[in-house]
Amino acid sequence: MVNVDEKLMRDELISFIEEQKKKPGPLMPIMQKAQSLYGALTFEVQELISEQLGIPMSDVYGVATFYSQFALQPKGEHIVSVCMGTACYVRNVEKVMEKMIEELGINPGETTKDNKFTLEATRCLGCCGLAPVMMIDDQVYGRLTPSDVPDILAKYTD
Amino acid sequence: MISLIIDGIKVEVPENTTVLQAARKANIKIPTLCYLEGINAIGACRMCLVEMIEGGRGLQASCVLPAANGMVVSTKSKAVQDARKVNLELILSNHDKRCLSCVRNRNCELQKICEELGVEDVSYEGASVDRPLDMMSPSIVRDPNKCILCRRCVAVCNNVQKVGAVGATQRGFKTIVEPVFGKSLNDVLCINCGQCITACPVGALYEKSEIDNVWAALGDKSKYVVVQTAPAVRFGLGEEFGIPSGNSVTGKMATALHRIGFDKVFDTDFAADLTIMEEGTELLSRINNGGKLPMITSCSPGWIKYCELFFPDFLDNLSTCKSPHEMEGALIKSYYAQKMGIDPKSIYVVSIMPCTAKKFEKEREELVNDGLPNVDAVLTTRELARMIKQSNIDFANLPEEDFDRMLGESTGAAVIFGATGGVMEAALRTVADILTGEDLKDIDYKAVRGIEGVKEATVSVAGMDLNVAVANGTGNAKKLLEAVRAGEKNYHFIEIMGCPGGCVTGGGQPIVSSQDRMNFDPKVLRAKATYAEDANMQKRKSHKNAEVQQLYKEFLGEPNGHKSHELLHTHYHQRPKYK
Repeated sequence: MVNVDEKLMRDELISFIEEQKKKPGPLMPIMQKAQSLYGALTFEVQELISEQLGIPMSDVYGVATFYSQFALQPKGEHIVSVCMGTACYVRNVEKVMEKMIEELGINPGETTKDNKFTLEATRCLGCCGLAPVMMIDDQVYGRLTPSDVPDILAKYTD
Repeated sequence: MISLIIDGIKVEVPENTTVLQAARKANIKIPTLCYLEGINAIGACRMCLVEMIEGGRGLQASCVLPAANGMVVSTKSKAVQDARKVNLELILSNHDKRCLSCVRNRNCELQKICEELGVEDVSYEGASVDRPLDMMSPSIVRDPNKCILCRRCVAVCNNVQKVGAVGATQRGFKTIVEPVFGKSLNDVLCINCGQCITACPVGALYEKSEIDNVWAALGDKSKYVVVQTAPAVRFGLGEEFGIPSGNSVTGKMATALHRIGFDKVFDTDFAADLTIMEEGTELLSRINNGGKLPMITSCSPGWIKYCELFFPDFLDNLSTCKSPHEMEGALIKSYYAQKMGIDPKSIYVVSIMPCTAKKFEKEREELVNDGLPNVDAVLTTRELARMIKQSNIDFANLPEEDFDRMLGESTGAAVIFGATGGVMEAALRTVADILTGEDLKDIDYKAVRGIEGVKEATVSVAGMDLNVAVANGTGNAKKLLEAVRAGEKNYHFIEIMGCPGGCVTGGGQPIVSSQDRMNFDPKVLRAKATYAEDANMQKRKSHKNAEVQQLYKEFLGEPNGHKSHELLHTHYHQRPKYK
């Protein structure tokens, strides 16, 4: 089954590239399409784009790492976004982040080995009154202290 | 024509001239860092700022500013100087400033611009990231801590060489020039040509040095250390000692190598003549026996790796000849060792090359005979200059000596190997004599000379039309091979050199700064010296080389014979682009 899916995704991406090639500036839309198909711009996906477009993979990789919308590895089941904006920063969100790094065993931008969590350091979430704040998927958690972290994560680990 | 005023001087220039270029016409040297003529003009470093007085507003980067009629600019107003200095200090803020131990000390464009702009202090001591050096490539070391993000290496690798081994990744403070997915240069499609090194204004890219290994061998009494020098080295080496570009230092180089203490000083030019014997014979045999055509030269290991990575369908077109220094190495450890009664295991062969790809080449498993590598160490022309300096030799004032005998004689045909078109011309001189059975006098094949990216010619010899082509730089090779692949072009013989201009401007040659490159083209000057040396040689055809003739008589038998195949020929294989 997996192989069939792989082949379908690959075919869809290649035909999309063929279409986009005719237009100016095709790289970004192709990369967005690839990410939506594969969930991430992995090495293999970037190599495919580079070959199909006839441009160096270093060009594709440069764009992939420039924009935060692109991910190099598939994201985990839950996205933990800790706000590093000004208000949260002055309310000691760093300590919360440190605890999160310790609990999950990964750095911001990484995904746990079991693919359960992806940790991200994000800009202002727009609810500074609740600082320091973080989101897990669509749920907001505010007025955090480091000691809150284990209990919150426990909700997602079953 | 366009007329504009720069620093009060009226300048007339053709259309499509930048203000930077126009200023040079009026002897105004606007400082630059990221600009590299014909290769990189992106207005990124802001060193070339000029103030617009009329015909525009504010401060503009002159390297990308087209000259326009009625424009009035200042290249040295207070506003310009202040802005340049701030930008320069920001570049310095996170630059690794350990200049004294830097390979580019006193040959660094960043150092020079600091002096010229009068930077007295670095006002911004920014955070610096201590990044690991990439030392895994046998040819090139990459030090991101020295990198100023000018992107000259990226431009030459992507746009000129059409390789694409490095790019600018991440953004803002985290920006870094590196291969994809943080890999080592050794694990991506780098062809080891070193053009990135000669494009780098600072010490962020340099050759992997083997000087210490060579000094160790020279100090080891049980080792018999033999050195050989590539054709192009002698047309660049003098520049490291203040001798202007375009001068040959063959005799001084031989003297210096003797004084450093090598047991024998041989010349790769000898093996270049030998290459012509082997390759010329191979070409005629392919033509007469329906072999694979066009045959393509195999002297340039950067080109060979490019072919293995990007054009594997052309591997059977490559001549099976080893590159000249590998041939010479193989003969030093067999023919020479036997004749002199030296144990080949005790011989240590050092090649002085204008090339960083040769460092990679010498590690190829195919280039081994009787369990011994043909060559043990490869030094670039720049590394040789360092060894000469370390040996307290007053190079510029040295007397001139000759190479040692047996593997040291050469002809004008070998001398020109270092310039693009040289191997082709050398081959034509010998092939024409063989086909006509005469000693032809008209031997200057000017159609294949010059620095154009792709040259082609049809040479009529003994009633036969030989179609030939010459490409220099892998980007030009790509263009040529795509035309051959599409069936648009039909050739018998193609010369390809991996570096633009051929070996005289190889990745291991002395570095010419971007400012100097606006005054002269080292490709042109070094080639001119090459052809001048050829014209002055007594013998100018490879098959006239007496030591080569003796080698065939006493040891090899005949060109492309059994012994030649064993020692002087090799094979190639497709490579994965990424590890």
